[in-house]
Amino acid sequence: MLSRTAAELYWLSRYLERAENTARMLDVAWNMSLIPFSVTARDELSTPLAISGAKELYMERYGTLQVHNVLHFLTLDRDNPGSIFNSLRMARENAHAVRGKITSEMWESINTTWIELQEMSRAGLLSIGVSAFFDWVKQRSHLFRGAAYGTIMRNDAFRFLRIGTFIERADNTARILGGREQVDGSPGNTAVEFYRWNALLRSVGAFEAYREIYSDALQFENIVELLILRGEVPRSLRSCVEMLCELLPAIEGNAGLNAKRQVTVLFARLQYGDMRHIMDVGVNDYLDDFLRRINDLANTLGQEYLEVV
Amino acid sequence: MFPAKLPGNGIFDEMLLADGQVREHYGSYWSWLNKRPLEEMERKRREAELLFHRVGITFAVYGESSGTERLIPFDSLPRVIPAQEWGWLENGIRQRVQALNMFLHDIYHDQNILKAGRIPPEQIFGNAHYQPCMQDVDLPNDVYAQISGVDLIRDDKGDWYVLEDNLRTPSGVSYMIENRRMMMRLFPELFSGNSVAPVDHYPSLLLETLQQGSNVSHPNVVLLTPGRYNSAYFEHAFLAQQMGIELVEGPDLFVKDSHVYMRTTAGPQQVDVIYRRIDDDYLDPLAFRQDSMLGVPGLLSVYREGNVSIANAIGTGVADDKSVYPYVPEMIRFYLDEEPMLKNVPTWQCRDASNLSYVLDHLAELVVKEVHGAGGYGMLVGPLSTKEQIAQFRDRLIARPDNYIAQPTLSLSTCPIFAESGIAPRHIDLRPFVLSGREIRMAPGGLTRVAMQEGSLVVNSSQGGGTKDTWVLEEPSC
Repeated sequence: MLSRTAAELYWLSRYLERAENTARMLDVAWNMSLIPFSVTARDELSTPLAISGAKELYMERYGTLQVHNVLHFLTLDRDNPGSIFNSLRMARENAHAVRGKITSEMWESINTTWIELQEMSRAGLLSIGVSAFFDWVKQRSHLFRGAAYGTIMRNDAFRFLRIGTFIERADNTARILGGREQVDGSPGNTAVEFYRWNALLRSVGAFEAYREIYSDALQFENIVELLILRGEVPRSLRSCVEMLCELLPAIEGNAGLNAKRQVTVLFARLQYGDMRHIMDVGVNDYLDDFLRRINDLANTLGQEYLEVV
Repeated sequence: MFPAKLPGNGIFDEMLLADGQVREHYGSYWSWLNKRPLEEMERKRREAELLFHRVGITFAVYGESSGTERLIPFDSLPRVIPAQEWGWLENGIRQRVQALNMFLHDIYHDQNILKAGRIPPEQIFGNAHYQPCMQDVDLPNDVYAQISGVDLIRDDKGDWYVLEDNLRTPSGVSYMIENRRMMMRLFPELFSGNSVAPVDHYPSLLLETLQQGSNVSHPNVVLLTPGRYNSAYFEHAFLAQQMGIELVEGPDLFVKDSHVYMRTTAGPQQVDVIYRRIDDDYLDPLAFRQDSMLGVPGLLSVYREGNVSIANAIGTGVADDKSVYPYVPEMIRFYLDEEPMLKNVPTWQCRDASNLSYVLDHLAELVVKEVHGAGGYGMLVGPLSTKEQIAQFRDRLIARPDNYIAQPTLSLSTCPIFAESGIAPRHIDLRPFVLSGREIRMAPGGLTRVAMQEGSLVVNSSQGGGTKDTWVLEEPSC
């Protein structure tokens, strides 16, 4: 497969995953802002800003964290490169560049998303309904993934699409979890704590999984284990890296030795990971190390497959 | 009955005879149409528009904000050509394209036609599209234009004329195929009742033609596009997908050890045939425009060594230039020793002083075009222009007469469309796509372009033109 084609497919799914993740986090932040624990709501608002890398741009423009400003900034704002609008625009542009390599159903799905998004952008977030908009983003993402699973050949195009998804998802889960630890252990309002962990789990769609696996009150250590080491949870670091570890060796040809080695090492660290070790190192430091490794892997992938000279 | 209007002014209509009777080859369609309620046709029209949008069958418009994508208006009333008439046309086109390829081979080898005094040499050597670097380069099958799109129009008697021979990178064939697919989706019953010649096999004919242009036995063929902001990007992606070949951009290719390679996830892979959809000037920054970001440095030297095939060949533009066009009938006589079947439109060359003075005296009646122009840009349609427009154009013409040619305003035949006001006649042309490999082949019919505005003669999509499905129809065998 052409390296440029692989790169467009990889970024197509990264941008789509990023749009979905932003919608997930904001949906939770929005719901939190409706209940009277303002400290928590602000916490929830600053996480997606930090993850999208646009906190400075936001602060420059608005000065303070206000729910409606943050929502607009991260959803339909055309001038914020990290907004959902621009993530979906980039995803569609990448798809446009490789429309001959994806199925017509995949193309029509992402193209319709773009056409509808432009209409929504004209209407404005409030007239659509905040939650309705986030549901729509998630559904469009599900629909594209479903169209991909249901129609595309199991070849390198499919693999690079999935690699993009899991790199972005692993990065995102690590950042969501990483933003929280400093508040842990501080004696506080147990209700605040409950909503904080509840929001965290909901933003990665893992609240039901927690209930089922632990049947227990929300505890930080369990949440850390769930989102780092548990293979059953589709957004855990282990699940994402496990998929990457399957996908890379399946790519045709003999390129990518460094990427394959890096992903295998990273997977071993998670597969045989130990909660005591993570707590000893400190969750934040552990996650910083993970982020460094996943970004190294992304760079190596770029060098060995996507920008070959 | 639907009311069907004649175009008037003695203009030839594809469906109606001068007395308003429906022509025989439209009889079956017309009686089918008259059993449909008008609302149904309107509903189908909206359905088609929605489908084209969703599928993204669009083209980018130059000069508007980047990324502007528009639909080409599609009209669902087919243009019908009787099979017998198509057979005759096909022979005329074949004759013409064969002569043009022989002319290109001659120009880049012995130049016999110039030595015989049939074409003034300055017309060739002074031409911006003439490429000296092609001298004595031998090509497989001696074919230069593997893909051409010959634009045909009809005058008020219904006689066929060639308006242009597009021998560089003619586009529009994807609309020919998509229009047919749309018609079959909207009106399947029409196709079971009429024997319409299929066009869907064009991409496989094209692939065979491209493969025949290589000396390698299983050549790796790629389609080279300027990228997603090009007006014809949809077509590039469509054809690459239909042929199952890679759609590449300049930076995907590189030259090493006298061969062309593409960058893939599994390492470099050799490329044998490039179906390029970018102009000569941009192909190789080392040989042509140095500022080109679209091409492949070193491509020309590999091509000259015969290690890669390029379709169409470099330098074909010298044969489809408007100032060389008047000599095509002469080429047919010279190379084939035959009389041309298809007529040329009479053409005044403004670089000639007596021609120029005639043109200046008759601007209000003539169509004046730039010699190297395309896409309906930079032309004057005298009868449809205001006095101010004519005066402005006169200044440009006097400033650079050699840049212009003039032709009589041909009426162009009409075909009915579904307009807002009901069924109404609009001017059309026809672009058959001609493939030259070991032999010359075509998909039956071609692309019918429609000037959607009442009275307009400009069918180019960049100027608001639309398209319709083109049927080559066998006589009912009853």
